[in-house]
Amino acid sequence: MQPEKFYYDNKIVRNFGIATVIWGITGMLVGLIIAIQLYRPEMNMGNQYTTFGRIRPLHTNAVIFAFVGNAIFMGIYYSLQRLMKARMFSDTLSKLHFWGWQLIIVSAVVTLPLGITTSHEYAELEWPIDILITIVWVIFGINMFGTIIKRRERHIYVAVWFYIATFVTVAVLHIVNSIELPISFTKSYMVFAGVQDALVQWWYGHNAVAFFLTTPYLGMMYYFLPKMANRPIYSYKLSILHFWALIFIYIWAGPHHLLYSTLPGWAQSLGVVFSIMLIAPSWGGMINGLLTLRGAWDKVRDDVTLKFMVVGLTAYGMATFEGPMLSLKQVNAIGHFTDWIIAHVHVGALGWNGFLTFAILYWLIPRIYKTELYSKKLASFHFWIGTLGILFYAIPMYWSGFTQGLMWKEFTPEGMLKYPNFLETTMRIIPMYVMRSIGGTLYLTGVFVMAYNLYKTAVQGKLVADEAAEAMPLERLDQHAAGERWHRRLERKPILFLVASLIVILIGTFVELMPTLTISSNVPTIASVKPYSPLELQGRDIYIREGCVNCHSQQIRPFRSETERYGEYSKAGEFVYDHPFLWGSKRTGPDLQREGGKYGNSWHYNHLMDPRLMSPGSIMPNYDWLIRQKLDTSTTGAKIRAMQKLGVPYPAGYDKKANRDLDIQAKGIADNLAMDHIKVKSNKEIIAVIAYLQRLGTDIKANKTANN
Amino acid sequence: MSIIYFLIGCSVLLALIFLAAFFWAQRHGQHDDLYTPSVRILLDEEPESEQKK
Repeated sequence: MQPEKFYYDNKIVRNFGIATVIWGITGMLVGLIIAIQLYRPEMNMGNQYTTFGRIRPLHTNAVIFAFVGNAIFMGIYYSLQRLMKARMFSDTLSKLHFWGWQLIIVSAVVTLPLGITTSHEYAELEWPIDILITIVWVIFGINMFGTIIKRRERHIYVAVWFYIATFVTVAVLHIVNSIELPISFTKSYMVFAGVQDALVQWWYGHNAVAFFLTTPYLGMMYYFLPKMANRPIYSYKLSILHFWALIFIYIWAGPHHLLYSTLPGWAQSLGVVFSIMLIAPSWGGMINGLLTLRGAWDKVRDDVTLKFMVVGLTAYGMATFEGPMLSLKQVNAIGHFTDWIIAHVHVGALGWNGFLTFAILYWLIPRIYKTELYSKKLASFHFWIGTLGILFYAIPMYWSGFTQGLMWKEFTPEGMLKYPNFLETTMRIIPMYVMRSIGGTLYLTGVFVMAYNLYKTAVQGKLVADEAAEAMPLERLDQHAAGERWHRRLERKPILFLVASLIVILIGTFVELMPTLTISSNVPTIASVKPYSPLELQGRDIYIREGCVNCHSQQIRPFRSETERYGEYSKAGEFVYDHPFLWGSKRTGPDLQREGGKYGNSWHYNHLMDPRLMSPGSIMPNYDWLIRQKLDTSTTGAKIRAMQKLGVPYPAGYDKKANRDLDIQAKGIADNLAMDHIKVKSNKEIIAVIAYLQRLGTDIKANKTANN
Repeated sequence: MSIIYFLIGCSVLLALIFLAAFFWAQRHGQHDDLYTPSVRILLDEEPESEQKK
């Protein structure tokens, strides 16, 4: 048999590499802008399109799906070809994948600032883009599996297993989390409501971290780290164990994002147990990576790519230890909703994802350009300024998280909240916000230096677009012999096989059906909870558009410190008409679930126009455009009809009458404002927002008074 | 809360897919040699014809 000659496609790797750098800079720049907005709200440039609530999702989407996404494809396209000893399955699919993915990112950059959002965290893109994502993901899958099938290497290296798990799981997660009912081209409602929607979202959200930010990077670590150090992975056996253990455990940990919420307790506990179990495979992977460098630490001293890898792996170890700790209820009670979580995710994102990406770029770009890195000094500078950046980011955020989390819970000896004014806790951590933005600036500076360094490297070399390689074709396994082996096994252990498969099926069915048989419904329906009025519904959609949920939770946990501050704790039955749920995951401002009736309409009007009028020192931006912009009532009918389809009990034919009710309620609010000498037309958006805010949480209050 | 059964179903399905993949790997000798693959990836020899250039 003759060895076959073929060519690796380096151009597609280069293209994904360029996209990684460009979107990395973009995403981090947006991150820096919103970080500064948290202590200088005027950094929104007085503009609704660049205000925190709208561009925070742009930051998260850009760094996760654009920066990390392109880096994943860069790493996979480079390593998969070499591991499978084959060119990518189809050049056309590669190109479609590349340009399709960039199109998705560009549409995110356009739609998110416009306020077009589903409000599902890390899945904010609206339904047409969701469909595009699905198509491009399938293209990627065909291309990857095509390559695997035509491989010239029998053994599938562990890295490729991680890539396969990434593809399969992300596909399922994305589809389930994007089940929405379109109202127009740019607006849809989530099919699930309240607690159910929250569970879907965090099942997705957690696993997006697992299978988008973790498994593909572990795969890349298992390929690139040995290559960089030029020594085999410490234990290949451990890597196999690591892989199978990780993918079987990760998917069950999602509910740890919903501790102390109205999610049933057993589901919360399930999430906690699996989260704790995750330490084992996660640390197995980290240790495997670090031990690969045993006896080669002198290389780390000289080689900047290895330095990046070591810090990246350490960050991974820290984040995967902290994650399980944060999912313990006692720790979560303090950490949740605070900057602790922001610190946690940024140790992962800046340390693990960022540093691994930089290492791979520094290693890979000179190789495909057949040259040396332009400047090792600049790369070293990048490493140190990047590491400093992470420290300056993470430490202030931990500090801020502990400080605020504890302040929220502190009581005086008399049993009163020590800091009843939420703003006081915010003012205390503003210096930390300033420090954090300095950390971010340092980190971003490093990325700019890297971009320059890589550009210079590319210019001094020449891209080997098609890199020649040779490998023996794969011998076809003798069908007959293989069949015989399979038969023989089956013959030898038929009973064992039958029993094993039966057990697997039974476990699945049991886990799935048992709770249904024992618990008819975990959501108690509360008679006093009524659907939103048309005006409130429109106001809610503006609340979604402005991304209020990015800073304000609607989820009061059953702690005395929270019920004292915000009111009665949340009940599952309160959210049954919430498509989508708006619980939020961070309290930069106070919780709003019981906001209704706390203040007068004029307070809300003045507060939205300029929060500092009512709360001096507030870091909330002005929402003055709500006063100028007219409410679009042409959508009311369609929205009511969609809600009816989703099971919200509006009377039949209500879609026709909805706008009449809307006008009446709006006039009422405008008249009420006029009594406080505020002249505003009843057709402005602010009226709808006030209507919604005044409705929040009042259903239960009404119930309580009735019972009393 | 019926959604949780759907999600558990999805998760179990994924787990079964991976279980099938695991059995496939086991049966096709993917786990027979747990050392050589780690070394093999380090050997990316350029074709001889290219080296002569």
